Amino acid sequence: MTFLTKAALIGLIAVTAGCTRPDRFGAGTNGAETAVVAPPVAVAPTGANDPNSPLFFNQTIGDRVLFAVDTATLTQQGKAILDGQAGWLQKNADYLAIIEGHADEQGTREYNIGLGFRRATAVREYLVSKGVPASRMRVTSYGKERPTQVCSNESCYAQNRRAVTVISIASLS
Amino acid sequence: MLKRILIAMVALVLAGPVLAQGGPLRLTITDGVIEPLPFAVPGFQAENAEATQVAADLTRLVAADLSGTGLFREIPASAFISTHSSFAQTVAYPDWRAINAQALITGAVTVSGNQLVVKFRLYDVFSGAEMGEGLQFAGTVDGWRRMAHKVADAAYSRITGEGGYFDSRVVFVSETGPKDDRQKRLAIMDYDGANVQFLTDSSALVLAPRFSPNGDRVLYTSFGSGFPRINVLDVATVGTRQLQTAEGEMAFSPRFSKDGSQVIYSLANGGNTDIYRGDINSGASTRLTSAPSIETAPSLSPDGTQIVFESDRSGTQQLYIMSANGGEARRISFGDGRYGTPVWSPRGDLIAFTKQNAGRFHIGVMRTDGSEERLLTASFLDEGPTWSPNGRVIMFMRETQGEGGTSSLYSVDISGRNLKPVSLPNGASDPSWGPLQP
Repeated sequence: MTFLTKAALIGLIAVTAGCTRPDRFGAGTNGAETAVVAPPVAVAPTGANDPNSPLFFNQTIGDRVLFAVDTATLTQQGKAILDGQAGWLQKNADYLAIIEGHADEQGTREYNIGLGFRRATAVREYLVSKGVPASRMRVTSYGKERPTQVCSNESCYAQNRRAVTVISIASLS
Repeated sequence: MLKRILIAMVALVLAGPVLAQGGPLRLTITDGVIEPLPFAVPGFQAENAEATQVAADLTRLVAADLSGTGLFREIPASAFISTHSSFAQTVAYPDWRAINAQALITGAVTVSGNQLVVKFRLYDVFSGAEMGEGLQFAGTVDGWRRMAHKVADAAYSRITGEGGYFDSRVVFVSETGPKDDRQKRLAIMDYDGANVQFLTDSSALVLAPRFSPNGDRVLYTSFGSGFPRINVLDVATVGTRQLQTAEGEMAFSPRFSKDGSQVIYSLANGGNTDIYRGDINSGASTRLTSAPSIETAPSLSPDGTQIVFESDRSGTQQLYIMSANGGEARRISFGDGRYGTPVWSPRGDLIAFTKQNAGRFHIGVMRTDGSEERLLTASFLDEGPTWSPNGRVIMFMRETQGEGGTSSLYSVDISGRNLKPVSLPNGASDPSWGPLQP
């Protein structure tokens, strides 16, 4: 419940940010100059309906892929999601991505950091193979430190064994 | 006489299964009781009025330290025949023998301003002789717990022939908040959970701290930048700085070298995690492993010549030993399940580890060649052993399952006995036991 509320909140913030940033409408990258040439609001699709919006990336394409226990092998379903991510990232070249690897709680802390890193790297390598420049992506791993689901059985573990592609316009450095 | 009996007893305890009282041999991993050695500690004499309270507190803490080992049992004052109200008084051995007190501890306390002086003597009741010379410790009234721990360490050490561990501290991660929004801060405590002090705030996720060999610094992994990096913290000033490492995407799992001048750590790059050794100041590093698998959780042997670490090069997490300079590694864990977080004992003879098998976690020990594996605990999630300075006790983290799952610290003898929680106000994980304080 807590998680759903939070996700909804983050979604709202993303929508708000998308609407107020002129570059979300493809009008250029320099916000200060392009703000005056705002396109007609009625025409521009917003939020999840806008295929170039972060919300579309996060929800419609899917920002995360899941893994089997103690593996970093991409599933067919995972690859389909990453194909969508790669397409979006190529169309939206001003976005950078941090890929966060995660593990479920069944494992020791430091090993799980390494395992999450392996998962995040598998995602990055796939995205690179689909044409996304490696220079636009960074990987990190939280191991088992950031579960999204809190129960202690496979239904939750399956959701926690993930790599999440977090997009932003901010500098990667 | 007493000493010989006790050493024999301790040796038996550590050997594993002990003669039960007329029953068959039995070793229970998660629980167990031996017949502890009875001792008496009459209230320490307050040599002036200001010392009254602290003398009483000190006496209780000395008794708690010794009883807490599970090796000793305090005889309650209500059973005493002799009152022993004066430190200088001659010991009435027959009175103590009559209540079967094998060891007698007496003390005296003086307070002047914030200065505290504690004297103590230890007697072997059945031999009718003092064990060693009387000792005197001086410190501050605020530091009275340390004085008590020092008295208890001296008594423990004289009776068992082993080093003590009561006057020591543990650095750990203090945890608050729900499982999906957990806040973590570095903290330090006395070995018994008293005097908790925070070393970091909760603004950045922190993991797996490790004490330096002399306890002056702490290495830990911080997510302050969003990417795991190694920090070193000065315990006295609480100043912290990020360590230079070899070039890589993430650095974590840091441990001090024996002289505290180098750090052994894991560096992750291109999907692969390997172990490096670097200078703690310059960061100049040497790569020690180069397998395309996860190599992490290094631990140096006490003589500094070897490193035990975990690797999944065989397909699952297992333990390996290599030279401290890298090179060929030999696998030492061959039982069922996965093995991680190896920690070399301060005596050099054993390696403590976390084992994961059939949906349960265990803390265990094995010899350095992998033989004589013994599991000391079992639960939903036990992880991250750390050794007491004398190598007789292991502290670790236990996490409960489910939505409301929380972490806490436990300790257990290397015999598998005396499993008990460390009493702390918040959740806690990743303990690292520091040295006996000077």
